[in-house]
Amino acid sequence: MGNSVDVVIIGSGIIGNATAYYLAKKGCSVLVLEKSHSIGDGGSSRNGGGVRQSGRDKRELPLAMYGIKNLWPTLSEELDMDVEYYQEGNLRLGKTDAHLKVLENLTINATQCGLDVKMITGEEARQICPYLTDEVMGASWCPTDGHANPMLATLAYYRKARQMGVTFITGEDVVEIKKIKGKARQVITTNNSYEGETIILAAGYESRKIAATMGIDIPMNKALLEVLVTEAQPPMFYQMLGTAAADFYGHQSKHGSFVFGGSSGYEAFNKDDGTPTTSSITASCICRGIMKYFPILADAKIVRTWAGWMDVCADQVPVISFVEEVPGLILACAFSGHGFGIAPTVGKLLSEMVSDGRPSLDLSAFHYGRFKAKI
Amino acid sequence: MSKINNRSKNIGEFIPQSDDDLIICRCEEISKGEIRRAVHEGMFTMTEMRRYLRTGMGLCQGQTCGKLVKNIIAREQGISPLELEAAGSRAPMRPIEMKILGNEKRIGE
Repeated sequence: MGNSVDVVIIGSGIIGNATAYYLAKKGCSVLVLEKSHSIGDGGSSRNGGGVRQSGRDKRELPLAMYGIKNLWPTLSEELDMDVEYYQEGNLRLGKTDAHLKVLENLTINATQCGLDVKMITGEEARQICPYLTDEVMGASWCPTDGHANPMLATLAYYRKARQMGVTFITGEDVVEIKKIKGKARQVITTNNSYEGETIILAAGYESRKIAATMGIDIPMNKALLEVLVTEAQPPMFYQMLGTAAADFYGHQSKHGSFVFGGSSGYEAFNKDDGTPTTSSITASCICRGIMKYFPILADAKIVRTWAGWMDVCADQVPVISFVEEVPGLILACAFSGHGFGIAPTVGKLLSEMVSDGRPSLDLSAFHYGRFKAKI
Repeated sequence: MSKINNRSKNIGEFIPQSDDDLIICRCEEISKGEIRRAVHEGMFTMTEMRRYLRTGMGLCQGQTCGKLVKNIIAREQGISPLELEAAGSRAPMRPIEMKILGNEKRIGE
């Protein structure tokens, strides 16, 4: 059949698209299948855009550090499109002694991992970001962190990969992977079937039921996140922000709008009608959180709110792994809400797994077989 | 409505038109030519266009230009606008100041 390629990627999120791009660069023929009408319609377009090392699980840190050193700084140039990457640092803010205690612990952990993070005073925080309220007593500061535009980065990889000959098909709902001669090879959708020498499963939470057709289960849950967006404001600051109390997180985008995420505490109970849906109480709650730190934004208008699903793994780090009992299959899912910042690194590593049979960074912490019962 | 959409389908070359400078999305100041060109760069849906160019992402949230953008995207691909899904509508209905949105009260509070 004419539907056979080197690699079939299931999922056109930033992981799938980045992998498609790096594979195309190596000369592979690649097909990307996407269930949605639109490219990158899951978590890749629904996240805070953080390109952070601080606050990250130490298993993920080498991936984050590699990307920030080697890939993010030149990504816009490489993809011929501005992905709005800013490396202006990450401030995590505290207003009480208890907050400072939390931040100090995070800082000690991060420093032990070799990361350049330090505690600064409220005064120093206001020198970095003059719009902060005087109530901020201190902050943790990681100068090499930053953020990028997740929607543009996802589409930039898609656009470039498409130009390089990668085929993307949207509206193709994958229902099953089938083995041929003991090797995963066939990808069955509701209407068609495709074949690839290698199959990469990068479909977020939806990966779970697809992997199940190969007898593989990844313990992950779907968790909701909610974000609000303001009208464009004059350029104010480009740090990534968070707080010790997790009142909110976010940044100002290049366009001028602020993008702030947060929670009401009731996320686990939101209505699930098949699409991620915002609740009526969360945006108000996030606004109160923001105004406690940035009174100056009280008059900024909220123009929209949105929600997204995270594929949260049992141990909060992704599965990026060959599958021993299913040759030909590679898993890349369960990114747990922090996949965006490491996506370029992961895409590159996945392309190496296909072309060289092994990634150039150690991925053993992300093996699918790591989940064991407690007794 | 055919759902399956191969992004490598041939939609021909981008051909400049005399009214490409026409502003379609007033809030974000995006022209007809920019939208048409983005279709050739692979942005085939309302949602993708919104994320790529910011059409309909400004103060009116696409209530003014949504239909125009949809028609341009459809025509450029040689399909009917009926084949394109509308972009999602997001709360709030109108822009609201943070201090007001953050000050909601239930009856009796």
